[in-house]
Amino acid sequence: MKDENHDFHYEVDYIHNAGTGLNEDTIRYISQAKNEPQWLLDFRLHALRVFQKLPMPTWIPPIDFDNIQYYLSPQKQTQRSWDDVPEEVKNTFDRLGIPERERKFLAGVEAQFDSETAYARLQEFLTKDGVIFVDSNTGLQQYPDIFRPYFASLVPVEDNKFSALNSAVFSGGSFIYVPPGEKLKQPLQAYFRINAQRFGQFERTLIIVDHDAELLYMEGCTAPTFESAALHSAVVEVIALPGAKVQYITVQNWSSNVFNLVTKRSTAHANAEIRWIDCNIGSRITAKYPAILLAGERARGEILSIALATDNQVQDTGAKMIHRANSTTSNIVSKSVSKHHGLATYRGLVDIAPNLQGCRNRTRCDALLIDTDSRSDTYPRITITGDQNQVEHEASVSKVDEERLLYLRQRGLDEHQSTSLCVNGFVNDLIREFPLEYSVELRRLIDAVV
Amino acid sequence: MAILAVEDLCVTVQDQVVLSHCNLELPEGIWHALMGKNGMGKSSLVRTIAGHPSYTVTSGTIYLRNEDITHLPPEERARRGLFLSYQNPVEIPGVSVATFLRTALDAQGKHLPIKAFYEHLNQSLDTVGLDRSFASRAINVDFSGGEKKRCEMLQILILQPSVILLDEIDSGLDIDAIQTIAHCLPQASGLIITHQKKFLDLIQPEKIHIMEHGTITRSGGITLLDTLEHQGYAGLEER
Repeated sequence: MKDENHDFHYEVDYIHNAGTGLNEDTIRYISQAKNEPQWLLDFRLHALRVFQKLPMPTWIPPIDFDNIQYYLSPQKQTQRSWDDVPEEVKNTFDRLGIPERERKFLAGVEAQFDSETAYARLQEFLTKDGVIFVDSNTGLQQYPDIFRPYFASLVPVEDNKFSALNSAVFSGGSFIYVPPGEKLKQPLQAYFRINAQRFGQFERTLIIVDHDAELLYMEGCTAPTFESAALHSAVVEVIALPGAKVQYITVQNWSSNVFNLVTKRSTAHANAEIRWIDCNIGSRITAKYPAILLAGERARGEILSIALATDNQVQDTGAKMIHRANSTTSNIVSKSVSKHHGLATYRGLVDIAPNLQGCRNRTRCDALLIDTDSRSDTYPRITITGDQNQVEHEASVSKVDEERLLYLRQRGLDEHQSTSLCVNGFVNDLIREFPLEYSVELRRLIDAVV
Repeated sequence: MAILAVEDLCVTVQDQVVLSHCNLELPEGIWHALMGKNGMGKSSLVRTIAGHPSYTVTSGTIYLRNEDITHLPPEERARRGLFLSYQNPVEIPGVSVATFLRTALDAQGKHLPIKAFYEHLNQSLDTVGLDRSFASRAINVDFSGGEKKRCEMLQILILQPSVILLDEIDSGLDIDAIQTIAHCLPQASGLIITHQKKFLDLIQPEKIHIMEHGTITRSGGITLLDTLEHQGYAGLEER
């Protein structure tokens, strides 16, 4: 969405620039700039070949991959002090309020500017406790023993065209490791910013939360509005080892020319709990279906999502719950709001393997249409065999009806205030799941959209 | 001087005539009652006064304190002190009574600091006989019929409108609830649509208007009620 708080950009001198277009040379350039080991270069080259072979998904409009810049970096390395971050980059994050948030309530922050993480810092006592929070390239170089076994374990290169693309050119993103029993009281946050035109941002995030540890991770994304399209194609893998608890919160507010095609997967081992809380407000098109593999007994999964589709936006989102152990439970709540030719689509998958027992899923999809020009589609897919499990699916589509608006107007609210109050009411129970600092911002954004 | 005046009002809904040359004057600080058989245009009149967009004014004028409000949007009428209580109050999921009332107060330029607001709200909840927990419940969602009507009264106490239109606020209520509502009505001007004599006995309106086929055909003092009680609307027609 167009939002003046986020709609600005700076001219930046890039030290590294892989140029426009994608071929083997692009990959070699990126790998060399990052000083990567051979196995990773091989991994990238293989991924490029897979990407070139896989067809475009039919429902995504054509993307001119030869007209995109794949790697742009304004600095040689990630900084741990704001003072060392290049001026334009620092100004950008200052204007977005990142340092202020860090001081106020974050345990650590990572800020990615185009391809590279400009700044990353974790509170010192957490470093001492063995918590790792670095960009993914630093992660794979410095912590290969933890990084490599999990890397691409949930999202294989071949999974889809965009996971292959990400695997070929990925740069930035977070690597997080939380050691056994460590319960982080404050959230870690990553902030992703696209600054350059015709640019593709391909961060790669890997999160491992060890036995009985806890993590709250939040990511925010914005970009200025350019005339030409930009591409954001991330891969995120989250592993919750037995007893771990992870919450992954996203506030996506890309400008209206960003194609946002993201693959997010996670595994919850025995007694672990994973929650994806996802709010999609911006972008031209978003395709994102967070998945939780419930791999151990009594694992719990929850995916809560809010999507706002306005002005020809397509928010194609959903949730996947794969039950592979007894007594696993999952909950999906999806709410979408469409307006002005916006299209909000929910694609769900609930799969409970044969012979399991005591598994439960509850899915609830609610769509709100603000006018008659907008659309909402729901495609639930439920695969369940045997009778030892319980699945509930509820869906509703409603309109902000005249009578409701009129009731509010007859108490003095104008048309916009009335619509905004109805929409806020509709998403209210999910907004409450976001930390306070975010829910205030979310309400403001929703107000501006409706 | 009339605070609310309707002059020669003609109104259609989807090309069907619902009001035809209707006239009404409501003096300041006085309650009047509007009665008549179902389908005669009572609700149409108050909805048109409140600015319901489905009701098209084809001729005539509505004045609020001598200002022509015939074509003002409903929110502008509300901001000028006009309040219509609904026969069937609308549910707004996810929006709490407190949020709604604060937003409405702000929209009407009657902002209250948060502490003063909650004191006022809690007091008013007590007055209308709703538990204080209603402040955080979604407006009218899962409210009983009586709770919805009490919630309309609550809005009147908080927003303090100067002209109140009550569309069968007493329907479906037991006598205790009716008494509470009658007791809560503030010092204001208002028009009450009701079928119940016992409600009017409590309010003691100064005048009673009878509506037939989209217009007011008779107006009189409270004694009209006795005729109604004994002979029904037919008894009035015969005269």
